[in-house]
Amino acid sequence: MNQRARIGRRAIGGAVLVVVPAVFIAVFFGYPIATVLWRGLGGGGGETFFDLAESSRQRDIVWFTLWQAVASTALTLVVGLPAASIVARLPPRRQRLVRALVTVPFVLPTVLVAGAFTEVFAVTGLDEGALRLRHTVWAILIAHVFFNYAVVVRTVGAFWSGLDHRMEEAARSLGATAWAAFREVTLPRLRPAIASAAAIVFLFSFTSFGVVLILGGPRRATLETEIYRQAVTRTDLETAAALAVVQLVAVLALVVVSTRLERRRPIVGRGARLSRRAASPVWRWVNLGIGFVLLGGPIGVLVERSFSTGDGYGFDHYRALAERAPQLPAPATTALANSIVFAVTATAMAVLVGLLASLVVVHGRRGLARVFDLGLTLPLGTSAVTIGFGMLIALDESPLDLRTSWWIIPIAHALVGVPFVVRTMVPVLRAIDPALHEAAGVLGASPARARREIDLPIGLRGLVVGAGFAFAVSLGEFGATSFLPRRPENLTAPVALFRLLSTPGDLLRGQAMALAVVLMVLVAAAVLVIESARGSDEGVF
Amino acid sequence: MPEAEARKKLLLCLLTLGLLAAACGDDDSSGGGELEASAPVDISGTTVTLMTHDSFYVSDSVFEAFTAETGATVELLQVGDAGTMVSEAILTKDAPLADVLFGIDNTFLQRGLDADLFDAYASSNLSGVFPELVLDDQNRVTPIDFGDVCINYWIDALPEGAEPPMSLEDLTDPVFADEVVVQSPESSSPGLAFLLATINGTDDWEQYWADLVANGVSVTAGWEDAYYGEFTAGGGDRSIVVSYASSPPAEVIFADPPVEVAPTGVLLDSCFRQIEFAGILAGTDNRAGAEALIDFMLTPTYQEDVPLNMFVFPALEAAALPSEFVEFASVAEDPQIIAPADIEANRDTWVERWVEIVLG
Amino acid sequence: MADPMLQVREAEVRFGELRAVRAVDLDLAAGERLALLGPSGCGKSSLLRAIAGLEPLAAGSIFVDGEPIGHLPPERRPFGLMFQDHALFPHRTVGQNVEFGLRMDGIDPAPRTARVGELLELVGLAGFERRAVTTLSGGEAQRVALARALAPGPRVLLLDEPLGSLDRHLRDRLIGELPEVLDATGTAAIHVTHDHDEAFALGDRVGVMEGGRLHQTGPPGEVWAAPRSLTVARVLGHTNVVDGPDGVVVWRPDAATVVNADEADTVEAVVERVHFRGVDHDVRLRTTDGRSLRFVLAAAPALGERVQLRIDPARVIRFGD
Repeated sequence: MNQRARIGRRAIGGAVLVVVPAVFIAVFFGYPIATVLWRGLGGGGGETFFDLAESSRQRDIVWFTLWQAVASTALTLVVGLPAASIVARLPPRRQRLVRALVTVPFVLPTVLVAGAFTEVFAVTGLDEGALRLRHTVWAILIAHVFFNYAVVVRTVGAFWSGLDHRMEEAARSLGATAWAAFREVTLPRLRPAIASAAAIVFLFSFTSFGVVLILGGPRRATLETEIYRQAVTRTDLETAAALAVVQLVAVLALVVVSTRLERRRPIVGRGARLSRRAASPVWRWVNLGIGFVLLGGPIGVLVERSFSTGDGYGFDHYRALAERAPQLPAPATTALANSIVFAVTATAMAVLVGLLASLVVVHGRRGLARVFDLGLTLPLGTSAVTIGFGMLIALDESPLDLRTSWWIIPIAHALVGVPFVVRTMVPVLRAIDPALHEAAGVLGASPARARREIDLPIGLRGLVVGAGFAFAVSLGEFGATSFLPRRPENLTAPVALFRLLSTPGDLLRGQAMALAVVLMVLVAAAVLVIESARGSDEGVF
Repeated sequence: MPEAEARKKLLLCLLTLGLLAAACGDDDSSGGGELEASAPVDISGTTVTLMTHDSFYVSDSVFEAFTAETGATVELLQVGDAGTMVSEAILTKDAPLADVLFGIDNTFLQRGLDADLFDAYASSNLSGVFPELVLDDQNRVTPIDFGDVCINYWIDALPEGAEPPMSLEDLTDPVFADEVVVQSPESSSPGLAFLLATINGTDDWEQYWADLVANGVSVTAGWEDAYYGEFTAGGGDRSIVVSYASSPPAEVIFADPPVEVAPTGVLLDSCFRQIEFAGILAGTDNRAGAEALIDFMLTPTYQEDVPLNMFVFPALEAAALPSEFVEFASVAEDPQIIAPADIEANRDTWVERWVEIVLG
Repeated sequence: MADPMLQVREAEVRFGELRAVRAVDLDLAAGERLALLGPSGCGKSSLLRAIAGLEPLAAGSIFVDGEPIGHLPPERRPFGLMFQDHALFPHRTVGQNVEFGLRMDGIDPAPRTARVGELLELVGLAGFERRAVTTLSGGEAQRVALARALAPGPRVLLLDEPLGSLDRHLRDRLIGELPEVLDATGTAAIHVTHDHDEAFALGDRVGVMEGGRLHQTGPPGEVWAAPRSLTVARVLGHTNVVDGPDGVVVWRPDAATVVNADEADTVEAVVERVHFRGVDHDVRLRTTDGRSLRFVLAAAPALGERVQLRIDPARVIRFGD
């Protein structure tokens, strides 16, 4: 093939890499968000911001959002770091199992979790009297720890187990206790991983919705719940848009910080495995206990409730899932099937877009890579209300009028899945030794060819992990889905769950629990696939 | 050549004018706020899209009957809860998502009317509806069903020796200290309804709430965590909750193990009437189909299907109620009602005051 | 040994099902240097780490001055540790690395600084206190690691193949300097290596390990001249294994002399390879019945030449005592 044609092919290939993800995010995320902001702020101009700044309630809300996120992050680190240290020492197969287990809570729908926690507080008597946890900030914090435990354990744990531990051993032999060795030697080296995990946990806590709404009770409001309140209950789109801007700015800052921290992570080296001796049994059991109670408590309650029928225990609620409950337009099993189909579609889209975007982030020119890195992670922290409403307003003309089409739901799910794919693939691709590319080049491969032959097989594992997350997240997605118009036959499992929880009657309650457990099992299966696909471990997730 | 060009331009102008005329001509017939006589139009083969909230369900046979009768198919679009649905309808009114909107209730009604969401239509079946449910004399919306938000209490869980509460004021009685749980009107529709009930049903609603607070009332964000979290039904220890008049029959129907008697009772004095309306969305391109659907929603076929599916009461006087409703549900004869215009005008102030008194 | 400073009895280290160290008994006197020699996987590193406290002992006990220390965590044992790749703390300077152990012991800054200076001088790196660790060469880093390990004054220095990553020249230098430094500080040492030259150079005694067991200990000369078993002989580098009339024997590399063809009782072999070693030659030969032999000869025969070798019976190693 002549030179010009080959260069032409390369240019086209490069263009495809950039264009596909750019168009996807611009059309389905950028355009809707911009429309909401424009519609909301265009009328009032800057005045809305002044009103916001003056309103003490809004200031309080911003402040509360901030400090509960900080507190959640701190608490998650305190609880999660010891667990990470223990997990890092486990033999590989057990490590994978534990990592899979702690990841299940991460992808559970918040509706489910908030309900489970309410249950736990009631069962343990923590909702009355002096030890009242109901509707307190503590309830919110604990639930945030529940969700984000996995982030710390996975990120920091993986990084930790990959470190060369002879330095710690040297420190121990020089007279440092285990704690002193950790403090003096390990902690400085762990800093990048801890910072990365903290940024993610902060992001999720900052934008948390269901947990704050249900567990925080009517007294607590964060930016996210306030956006919902203004947009839905008061139809005050201007205020909602102004709040959305504030939130977006904060999230943008967070994402910038987090991606920058990601880049500083050193490539993991080989070395001695962690000493098996280091953890004292008491330490190990206490931490395992905490993890078990924290994560297993709410889940255990759900499982117990799903089997408890009026006269003892049985599978009745599960069997009832195949019949249509009066509150649902279709049987719960149909909803589950729908969710799976949506999840598969959404995952396929997220994988395609995310893969191309990752390649741009890793191999593209610096400016472009940066924009892509940020732009494709933003949907993770954007209010579901804003996305849902934005899509409605923006996508109202052909050929983009997908508002009532089946496709809008997997697209919305894919929007949330793409950041996961990108954040998993980018570190994996970055860790590929450039010497490999050089060797391939010398052997006659063009850069694109080298990428295909080297990056793709290596990146494939990262891709499977990202896809697994996208799948799990789609299964449990509730926020955006509930804001988008949907035909009844396209009912998803989380929405069905919410419906079942909204009517009195033990039967429906039991069915809701059963549906929740089935959903959880599906999610867990996805997570196990993720884990078995990982070899050793880079990446935030 | 100048002549050819001039002719081309003339042709273009004529074409444009012609198209404009055609377009303008079409506008007339799509109706803009006028009353239309419902002349029987053949709508067979068309689709009528009904936009509603997530709590909507009627049996398949009902819409099949509609199709059998008219030849048109009904397509459903469900969006979130009533508030979300109204917000989204208002947001998309320039390019409406559906032909008919169902589920806007009296607390949101004025908002929809102010936003010019609907085209008026007076169904011929309107005469069979309870007259007090027809809130819009311009017939921009049609009442379809109603439900009452009332105080429910778990009969066997009431404090020792206490008689069931009979009036709103009873809830401030010390015998019911720490027994009541309500929802916040900021985030909950029944919560808002109960607030409105107290505004209408007490002499000094602000004092009333202060008394409730002094009596240990608990507030949740949503119905679920009140009913299933703090109320006896979910294992909680409060025996009095804001719920629906249809909750007692629901408890019977969905009891596990089955029960003979409803475990809960209703405080009729506290009931606030929530009426759900349907309306034809302005800008719809299937006006005839929309009208036919609204007519159909006021027939016994539809109306009698509603109670067991959505746990609300039919608006049609002649509709028969299922036996569980007859036995276990009570309809307040004199419910609390506030005019939609008043609600819309004062809601924000009322809610803010409430927040200050109760959560402040 | 009378009153050994360090005693290991019946030590056993397990990794799951695998027994990496089996029933090892070991004695070390104060100031003595013991080299543990063995091929990869023989358990020598595991034994060392168990002594250091970095691996748990599945069975057995360790005594220092008669006191059991097996229950103590690594930081409470009076041992120092040196690795193959120094494991210096990258975020600290040379001086901060060396003083680390002193800090852990709670020594005040002034005496710390003095001691750091002392040790750096001892290892030939005087004035290096402020240098960043990442700027050091391999040899310099190993010396800093040595200084760091010795600073807290351990009774025994445990070395895990510390010279393996160094180039030949540096290795030889450190082989010379290490014993001096250890003597200067009066530290005993257990030195693990797979290289028998290193073991012979650095150990007052050599312990041969294979398959998790300590087969033989003794001064290098003794062990080399009289290995107790074929296994030990192999580990020590003997390669001339011969079937004799009374069983298997080993011919030492210095057991052969080239003689004239007409002498009796000779072994005939063809020269396959000759390695010039400066002082002598390392010659590989093959006998007429296909056996491969290796001897050290002063004079180099020609490649391919057929020679007659006389084997000195005093330099034949026999087993089975």
